[in-house]
Amino acid sequence: MLLGVWFTAAQAAVPASASAALKAGVLSPVMPAPALSLAGSDGKPVSLERFRGKVMLVAFGFSNCGEVCPITLATLAGARRKLGADAADVQIVYVTVDPERDDAAQMKKFLGSFDPTFVGGVGTRAQIDAATTRWGISSVRKTNADGSYSIGHSSSIYLVDRKGGLRAVMPYGHPADDFVHDLKILLRE
Amino acid sequence: MSARARVIVWPLAGLATAALLWAGCAPIRVPSHDQLFEIPQGTFARRMKGDKVEILPSQIRLTLGLNDVLLLRNLDDVPQVFGPTILMPGQSFRLPFEKASSYNFACTAHASGQMTILVEDEPVMPWSKIHWRLRELWENRKK
Repeated sequence: MLLGVWFTAAQAAVPASASAALKAGVLSPVMPAPALSLAGSDGKPVSLERFRGKVMLVAFGFSNCGEVCPITLATLAGARRKLGADAADVQIVYVTVDPERDDAAQMKKFLGSFDPTFVGGVGTRAQIDAATTRWGISSVRKTNADGSYSIGHSSSIYLVDRKGGLRAVMPYGHPADDFVHDLKILLRE
Repeated sequence: MSARARVIVWPLAGLATAALLWAGCAPIRVPSHDQLFEIPQGTFARRMKGDKVEILPSQIRLTLGLNDVLLLRNLDDVPQVFGPTILMPGQSFRLPFEKASSYNFACTAHASGQMTILVEDEPVMPWSKIHWRLRELWENRKK
């Protein structure tokens, strides 16, 4: 599958631009972001094409996450607030790594508590596995003593430019101001 | 101490003192802020044959102001999940750090599934400069 991703990416590679000033880690040369083909928490399909023309922040997590996801989502919501009117051109997409518990309604409720514009990506186990493989996301299920489970997962946030190029990766833990800084650069392009 | 011994000991003590003064006071200069790790061509093929190929250490130590940029480069013929991202063939990932902390990433390249990047403050005090230089000497002794 990774080979397939590469062939697709290599055919449509776009030249790198001056993104060295970003706070996030910069990918060079810029290549198209891996495909997303999921159902959305807002009832519409989630794909890169749907949000072409906007800057996308793509992250992976799950609604029962007690640590990483709430902090990430609160940070992204804060960044959107700080952007003011420019936030209209920014789309946050949060893809579940827990399709057994996260359906569209659950993700809508969860994400809506942070920002009603956030869109969740949901689907079958096979669809989610395909998406995480394409994006290089790891997720490991850990069973608790009481039989419940949690999921350890990649926590970076992926910055996709208006043309659909995967430009940068912001590791977990950066403040909202760093996202605002990078989003302003990408929004100017 | 005999006169002959003094002729040997005093110059040596002087040299050691001068070296310590230099190591503690002279500014540290580095050729690049980038700490480079590369996936060599053929890595995927070697893994497919059963070779255990470790490219990225499970813990990477960086120092602010000196080597504070992680630079990952995929020279292999296939995409690789490398640290915090997926890298296409020929693609590189340049991640700068601005705050001293311990950063943990999920990383499928490691058996533990985790990679830690330890970012330390820039050595400013004489002792910290000496410590940094000695550690660099020790860690680079086989390079």
